[in-house]
Amino acid sequence: MEIKKELNGTTLTVQIIGRLDASNAQELTNELNASLDGVKDLIFDFANLKYIASAGLRALLMAQKRMNKQGSMKLCHVDETVMEVLEMTGFADLMTIEN
Amino acid sequence: MEKLTIEATVENLATVTEFITSSLEEKNCSMKTIMQMELVIEEIFVNVASYAYRPNVGNVTICKEFDNQSITISFIDSGVDYNPLEHEDPDTNAEIEDRDIGGLGIFLVKKNVDEISYERKDGQNILTIKKNF
Repeated sequence: MEIKKELNGTTLTVQIIGRLDASNAQELTNELNASLDGVKDLIFDFANLKYIASAGLRALLMAQKRMNKQGSMKLCHVDETVMEVLEMTGFADLMTIEN
Repeated sequence: MEKLTIEATVENLATVTEFITSSLEEKNCSMKTIMQMELVIEEIFVNVASYAYRPNVGNVTICKEFDNQSITISFIDSGVDYNPLEHEDPDTNAEIEDRDIGGLGIFLVKKNVDEISYERKDGQNILTIKKNF
């Protein structure tokens, strides 16, 4: 997994490339914890995210809870396989998804 | 039947996944089936790696067996007595603040396999899943 971040004013776009699984989800959480101060809008670009497991969902849920307090969060360009997992778990209803 | 015995640590996740997906690729399974199985393997293996021997480390044996239309996989560990199928399914309609992440992994497993069973035998946890192609 590779994480690319772009901060534009108070909007942070986070691109996740590859797989978000139990071996690297903590890395994403650490990265977000270090970057979210002052961020009002968090955008995840999932165009190149090909796989997500429950550990990745946990990281997204933590991010969503934090952003509910300080602004907004949305997921963009969600791949079909990832979308299936989000739908299966009800996460698709909890999060704002724009494709 | 083929077996892989490996230390149950998250670092070994890729090896375990590869053990299963390489066979599925040989059988010309669809990408969708392969991705679903990757998810299933990860959730089961990580569960064992995280809880079975905590705070120590132990082995897990993974057995795979094929017939014409399906794969059957067993995960066998000698860790604490734990039947993941007794875990209540998470409420997928709960509001965000009430969302508890626990149980989501095994829920994803159940959603992506055709059969699943658990047995405790000779001090071992044996979780078996079957997936039709």
